[in-house]
Amino acid sequence: MTETNQIDESRSRSKPQSKYDYSKGPLPLEINLEWCKACGLCITLCPKQVFETDRNAKPVQARPENCTQCTICWVHCPDFAITSNYK
Amino acid sequence: MTTVVKQKSDVMLNYLRPKMKFPSVWCPGCGNGIVMGAFIRAINKLGYDRNNMAVVSGIGCTSRMPAYMDFSSLHTTHGRALPYATGVKFARPDMKVAVITGDGDALAIGGNHFIHACRRNIDITAVLINNYIYGMTGGQGSPTTPSGAFSTTTPYGNVEKHFDACNLAIGAGATFVGRATVYHYPQLEKMIMQAMEHKGFSLVEVVSNCHTYFGRLNRRGDASAMLKEFKENAVNITKAKTMTPEELENKYVIGTLYVNDDKTEFCDEYHKLMDVAQKRKK
Repeated sequence: MTETNQIDESRSRSKPQSKYDYSKGPLPLEINLEWCKACGLCITLCPKQVFETDRNAKPVQARPENCTQCTICWVHCPDFAITSNYK
Repeated sequence: MTTVVKQKSDVMLNYLRPKMKFPSVWCPGCGNGIVMGAFIRAINKLGYDRNNMAVVSGIGCTSRMPAYMDFSSLHTTHGRALPYATGVKFARPDMKVAVITGDGDALAIGGNHFIHACRRNIDITAVLINNYIYGMTGGQGSPTTPSGAFSTTTPYGNVEKHFDACNLAIGAGATFVGRATVYHYPQLEKMIMQAMEHKGFSLVEVVSNCHTYFGRLNRRGDASAMLKEFKENAVNITKAKTMTPEELENKYVIGTLYVNDDKTEFCDEYHKLMDVAQKRKK
């Protein structure tokens, strides 16, 4: 786990558009990496590009300030690995 | 393995059986998990008592689902989920009965049981997860494999025509028929809620992805690519009414296709008949 995540800045939005403030509390989503099978659905379906992949192709929250708690990633997660910390 | 059940955000985690091993047996990205989430969240929104609810299934990938859910469940023989569910509903008319079945389970070996459950209009909700192929046994062609599609048993393309499960159910006499895809999650959850509330036989056909066999043999890509394809090719029923049949080829018509509230329900009719017969005996 020594590799750092290379975040593609071109995919990131210029301004955070979320009404939630994540700077004080925990990250917007909690990912259960034991149950995750690295199917990539959350990474593809997220409209705000919150996720990037780690070296096991599992999701990492690279841009948590973009998350709007739209629930798309966790209702589409087939392994119930994603839950929200805020909703 | 200890399962960490969170109580905070997602209510569906409270409905999973704590003794089952997770992650589930399904392939990574399988639509069965999405349908299971939709089913549990729909039941939770309706507020049904989980001890007064039976979930019946047959054999197949989809039929593994009741084992993970903390309802009264019945895992039966291949294709015979609907007859068992009929028995459960008949013995306990107060119980909510749902059948979770796959396309091979309901339409191939259980096709006869399927049309006769539709004909009787018994108060059962059938969630038919249609992935166009036999997933569990190795990708053989199923009755819903489209013409020209490749599978293990049709290596040069399928020459047969395929079933349209929704039209079959409408023709056989079901009183609530709807179709959704795993991409259109809010519609799917709402449709399961409507189907559970409906009195009479209700069918929800869920177009799902089997990227392990159907996607791989037909060059449809992985789970993400198949969900994107559902997004592009799904047409709502209100828009589909204005389109020609040529335009609707290879499209998935989603939405509530048919509702009939006038038809009498089987258990009600049978109990009326019992009352009449008992009076005559006296």
